[in-house]
Amino acid sequence: MIKTILNCVREYKKESWLSVLFVSLEVIMECVLPFMMKLLIDQMNAKEIVINKILIFALILLIMAFASLAFGALAGRFCAIASAGLSRNLREDLYKKICSFSFSNIDSFSSSSLVTRMTTDVTNVQMAYMMIIRTAIRSPFMLIFSIIMSFIVSPNLAWIFVIVVPFLLFVFILIIRFAMPRFKAVFKKYDRLNNSIQENITAIRTVKSYVREDYEIEKFNTAANDVKKDFTTAERIVALNQPAMQLSIYTLNLVIIFLGANIIMKTAKIVDGEIIFESLSIGGLSSLITYGIQSLMSLMMLSMIIVMITMAVESLHRIKEVMETESDIKNCSNPLYDVKNGDVEFKNVSFKYNKNASKMALSNVSFKIKSGQTVGIFGSTGSSKTTLVNLISRLYDVTEGEVLVGDKNVKEYDIKTLRNQVSVVLQKNLLFSGTIKENMRWGNESATDEEIQKACIASCADEFIQGFKDKYDTHIEQGGSNVSGGQKQRLCIARALLKNPKILILDDSTSAVDTKTDALIRKSLKQEHAEITKIIISQRISSLQDSDLILIMDKGNLIAQGTHEELLKSCTVYKEVYASQNSIQGGNQNA
Amino acid sequence: MRKPPLNLKNINKSATLKRLLKYLFRYYKLRIFIVIICLIFSAVGGISASIFIQQIIDNVINPGIINGFESVKETFITLLSVMATIYALALISNTLFNQLMAIITQGFLCQVRKDMFKKMETLPISYFDQNLRGDIMSTYTNDVDALRQVVSQTLPQLLNTLMMVTGIFFLMLSFSIYLTLIVLCSVLFILFATKKIGGNSSKYFIKQQKSIAKEEGFIEEMMHGQKVVKVFCHEEKSIEDFKIINDQLFNDSMKANSYANILGPVIHNIGNILYVVVAIVGTILFVLNVPNISLQGIKKLDIGIVVSFLTMSRQFANSFNQVSQQINSLVMGLAGASRIFNLLDEKSETDDGYVTLVNAEISEDGTITETDHYTSHWAWKHPKKDGQLVYTELKGDIQLFNVDFGYNKDKLVLHDISIYANPGQKIALVGATGAGKTTITNLITRFYDLADGKVRYDGININKIKKADLRRSIAFVLQDTNLFTGTVKDNIRYGKLDASDEEVYEAAKIANAYDFIMRLPQGFDTMLTSDGANLSQGQRQLLSIARAAILNAPVLILDEATSSIDTRTEKLVQDGMDKLMNGRTVFVIAHRLSTIQNSNAIMVMDHGRIIERGNHDSLIKEKGTYYQLYTGAFELE
Repeated sequence: MIKTILNCVREYKKESWLSVLFVSLEVIMECVLPFMMKLLIDQMNAKEIVINKILIFALILLIMAFASLAFGALAGRFCAIASAGLSRNLREDLYKKICSFSFSNIDSFSSSSLVTRMTTDVTNVQMAYMMIIRTAIRSPFMLIFSIIMSFIVSPNLAWIFVIVVPFLLFVFILIIRFAMPRFKAVFKKYDRLNNSIQENITAIRTVKSYVREDYEIEKFNTAANDVKKDFTTAERIVALNQPAMQLSIYTLNLVIIFLGANIIMKTAKIVDGEIIFESLSIGGLSSLITYGIQSLMSLMMLSMIIVMITMAVESLHRIKEVMETESDIKNCSNPLYDVKNGDVEFKNVSFKYNKNASKMALSNVSFKIKSGQTVGIFGSTGSSKTTLVNLISRLYDVTEGEVLVGDKNVKEYDIKTLRNQVSVVLQKNLLFSGTIKENMRWGNESATDEEIQKACIASCADEFIQGFKDKYDTHIEQGGSNVSGGQKQRLCIARALLKNPKILILDDSTSAVDTKTDALIRKSLKQEHAEITKIIISQRISSLQDSDLILIMDKGNLIAQGTHEELLKSCTVYKEVYASQNSIQGGNQNA
Repeated sequence: MRKPPLNLKNINKSATLKRLLKYLFRYYKLRIFIVIICLIFSAVGGISASIFIQQIIDNVINPGIINGFESVKETFITLLSVMATIYALALISNTLFNQLMAIITQGFLCQVRKDMFKKMETLPISYFDQNLRGDIMSTYTNDVDALRQVVSQTLPQLLNTLMMVTGIFFLMLSFSIYLTLIVLCSVLFILFATKKIGGNSSKYFIKQQKSIAKEEGFIEEMMHGQKVVKVFCHEEKSIEDFKIINDQLFNDSMKANSYANILGPVIHNIGNILYVVVAIVGTILFVLNVPNISLQGIKKLDIGIVVSFLTMSRQFANSFNQVSQQINSLVMGLAGASRIFNLLDEKSETDDGYVTLVNAEISEDGTITETDHYTSHWAWKHPKKDGQLVYTELKGDIQLFNVDFGYNKDKLVLHDISIYANPGQKIALVGATGAGKTTITNLITRFYDLADGKVRYDGININKIKKADLRRSIAFVLQDTNLFTGTVKDNIRYGKLDASDEEVYEAAKIANAYDFIMRLPQGFDTMLTSDGANLSQGQRQLLSIARAAILNAPVLILDEATSSIDTRTEKLVQDGMDKLMNGRTVFVIAHRLSTIQNSNAIMVMDHGRIIERGNHDSLIKEKGTYYQLYTGAFELE
C-alpha cells in the first residue's frame, strides 16, 4: 500500500522531504514562540521595566514570526507541489497501466469504474497525501513539542497534559470507531440514490409518457429521507468531536489556573520590592494555557486526518487494484516481428471468458483459411462469432487448442506486429473527437492524404465525405455522434484498411449500411485488396453468400462450414434463414 | 441546442448568498435561531477565557503574593466558579450547536435534493435535450456536496467569527483605544493578504475544476474506446495526449493548493507580529506615562492592560485565520448553489388542459356516463364554456392538420405535416435520421408544443387535454429501452401501478416475454439493475413491450430499435409488437421496411416534410424515394 504511493512520488521525493522539514521547523517556531512571549511578559511584569531588554525580546520574537511565516509558506508550497505531483504520477501510471490491459482485463473492470478510479480516487489520495506530509507531521510534532515545552515551563503542572491528552485521544478513537462504519454504510446508500437520479434523467421520456412523475418523486423522497436519517446519525456522532475537545480545553484551563495560581502564590517571594518567581511565573502560566490549547487542537486535527486517511485508503485500494493487475496477454520472450501471410488456422480451439466459468464460449473449433480468401461467419447472437475472431488478433488468449496466423501460433508474435497485421473493425465501433483525417490516421500515423482518400474510396466513405463542407477536415464529435450509423461504419472500415493489414476482420460492420453499398464495399475489397484475408461476420446472408467459405456458429460450436451452395444443401438452419431473409427482402433480390 | 456551461465569474455572489440564507431559513427558522443563541454563548465563553487569566493575575495572584494566599482565597474561588459556570454554559450551547448543525445540514441537503428532483420531474423534455446528463448529475452530486461544506462549516464559522470579532473589538476598546487602532491596522494587512493570496487560490481552484472536467472527458472517451485503442495499437499516442492534459491539471492543482496553503501561515504570523508590535507600543506608552483612553474614560495605562491586550489581539487575528480557510469552500459552494438555483428556476412544463380522461359506461344507445370504477371504457370529459359537460368516447382517432414545428422560432424542423389516423390504423413514418419522425411523436404527446397547425385527438384539440391524461392514453415503446432498478414485475407494472400479478403475466405473454422471464433465476422477481445489463437488448425490448401492453392504451407509438438483434429474438419481438398493435392506432417509426408493409399508410419523410404518402403497393408503383429505399438504393439511417 505504502509502496504504491512511494513508487509514484518519484521525482517529488525532494519536495516531500522539504515539506516535512519545513513543517517541522514551523512547528518548532510555533512552540518556541509562546515561550518567548512568556519571557517578554515576564519582563513587562517586572517592577523595573528595562526598555532595551523588552526591545531585544521583541526583536527576537519578530524574527521568529517572520521565520515561522517563511517556513510555513515554504512548507505549504512544497507540499502542494509534492501532492499534486503524486497525483499526476498516479494518474499517468494508471493510464499507462490501463493502456497495457488486455480485453479480458478491461472486461473485469467496467470502464466507468476505471474513470472513477482515475479521477475521484486519485484526488482523494492527493488530498490525503497533502494532509499526511503537512498536517499529519505537524500535529504529532506540535503535540509532542507543546508537551515538552510545558514540562520545561513547569514540570509541576505539565502532568495534567498526561491525563487530558489520552482522555481526549480515547474519546476521538471512540467517535471514529462508531462513526466510520456508519459512514461507509450510508455512502453505499447515497450511491444508490444518485444512481436512481441518473436512471430518471436517462429515462425521462419513459417517466413522462407513463405519467409517473409523482410516483418517481414519491420513490425518491423515501430514499432521500432514508439517506438523510443515516447521514444525520453518523454526523451527530462526529459532531461530538468539538464539545469533547472544548470540555478538555476548559478543564485544562481551570485546573492549570487553579493549581498554577496556588504554586505562584506559594513560591513567589518579594525581595527588595521585586517579585521573584521560584518555580512558575505569571508569563509561564499563560504560556502553559497556550500550550494546552495547541496540543489539544493538534490532537483534534489528527483525529480529523485519521478519518480522511481511512477514506483515502479505500480509494488507494481501488487504485492499487488496477496497478497490480497484470495484463494477462504478454509478449513471449523471443517474439516474431513478421507475419508471413494471411493464413488462419484454428486447431481444436476452446475458450471461456472466466477461468471459473462452467460454460465454454467456444468449444473445440477447427477450421483453415488460406491467405486472400473471403470468409463469412454466420450465427445468431450469443453464438460466439465475435469471440471467435477476437482470438485471431490475440485480444483474448485461447483456453485450449491453438490459433495459427501465417502458420505460427499467435502467441509467438510480438503483439503489436500481430495486431497491425490483423485489422479488426469492432462491432461496437467508435470514432474519436477530432477531424476525419485525424481519425483515419489512427490506422496509420504517417498516412498521406492520398492514402486516406484511397482507403475511404474503397470503403465507400469518400462519397459522403465529399458532401461535407470541410471534407476530410470535418470535425467528428465524441463517439461520432454527428455522422449516421452507416457512415460511421464506413469510416471505421477505411480506418482499418489504412493499417494495410494481411487479415481484415469485419465484425458486423456493415449492418447499418444499405445493401447496395454493402455489396460495393465487398466488391472493392475483393478487387483492390485481393491479397488480404477477409473475415466477415454478418446477420445478413446476402453479405456472405459469395464468400469462399462460410462458417455457421451456434452456441459456441462450429456446426457447419462450406460455400453458399454447399450449405444450402447440407445445413438446414442456413437454408431456413436464407429462405426467410429472402422473402422479407424479396424486393432487394428482384431489384 | 446545448447551453453553454455556466461561467463562474458571472455569478452574483451576494445575491446567491442571500438567496441561500433565505432558503435555509425557510425550513429551519426556530433551529437556526437556537443555533445563533448557542453561537453567542460560545463566543462569550471564548472571549471571557481571554480576560479570565488577567482577572486572576490582577485580583488574585498579584495581591496574593503580597498579602498571602488566605487574603484572596474567597475572590479566587468566586472567580473560578464564575468561570466554570460560563464554561459549562458555553459547553452546553456548543454541544447543542453541533448537534443541531448536523441535523440542519443533512435535513437541508435532503430538502434541496427533494426540491431539485421534484422540479426536475416537472421540466419539459427540451430541458433534458439541451443539457448533458453528466451536467445534471453533477448538480446533484458535486454541487450539493459543495453546499454541504458551506452550510455545515463556512456559514457557522463566519457567524462565529463575526461575533468573536465584534465582541473582542468592543472589549479591546474598553481597554485601550490606541492599542485597538494598532490591531485595526493589522486587520487591513490581513484583508489585503486574504484578497491577494485567497483570490489567487480561488482563481486556480476554479481553473483546476475545469482541468479536471477536461481530463475526465478525455479519460471517459478513451476508456469507452479502449478496445479500439488496443486494436489499433494506439496506446502510446494516447498516453502522450493524456500527458499534456495531465500536466495542465498538475499545474493548476499545484498553484491552487500552494496559495491555499500559504494563506494560513501568513495570517497566523501577521497575528504573531501584531503581538510583538502591541507589546512594544504598549510598553513604550507605559514607560512614557501616556494616559490611556478607553471606553472607560481616561486613566493611567496599566501594564496589566497591555498584557491582556496581547492575548486578545492574538485571538482576534486567529478568528480571521479561521475564516480565511473557508474562502475556497465559500466560492465553490456559492458556485454550486447558483447552479442548483438555476435548476430550481427552470420553467416547468405548463399545462392549461382541462379535458380529462374518465372511466365511462357506454349504454347500448351510445350515451356515455362517468363512473368511478374500471369498465374497460374511457371517455374524454369536456367541460364547455356554458357549463355543460360533454363526454366523448376514447377511441384513438388522431389527426394532424398542417403542423409546423421548430425547436427555436427561427428554424422550423417540421413543415406542413398532415396525418389522419383513424382508430385501429397503422401509420408508418419512414425517413433518414433527422427527417423529423421522432419529432412528430413528440408533438402528439406534447413533449413539445406546435409552432402552427392543429392536432386533434378524438376530435378534441390536444392543447385542451390535460397532459397527464393525454399521455396516459398513449403507450410508448421507445428505441432505447429504459428499465428501472427493481424486479421484472416492477418494471412491467410501471405501465399500470395497480396491476395484479395476473395482469402482469398476461402482459408478459402478449409481449412474448413470459418464457424468457420464467427462465431467469428468480422469474418475475429477478432484480434488474438500472441499465438492465443482465438482459440482452432483445429481452429488454420484450419487457418494454410488456410494459406498454399492460397500459392498454388505444394509441401506440412504436420507435423501432436500430441495433441488430438476432433473428430468433427479432421474430419474438416482431410477434409481440404485432399482438400489441392489434386493434390500436399505431404510429411506427420504422428502421426496417420489412415490418411496415402492412401499414394503412406510410409517410416518407425528408428534411421535415412528408414527401410521399400511401400504402406499400401504391408507393412501390410510384417508383419514388420509398421504392429506392426498399430496393436498397438508399440508406435508411
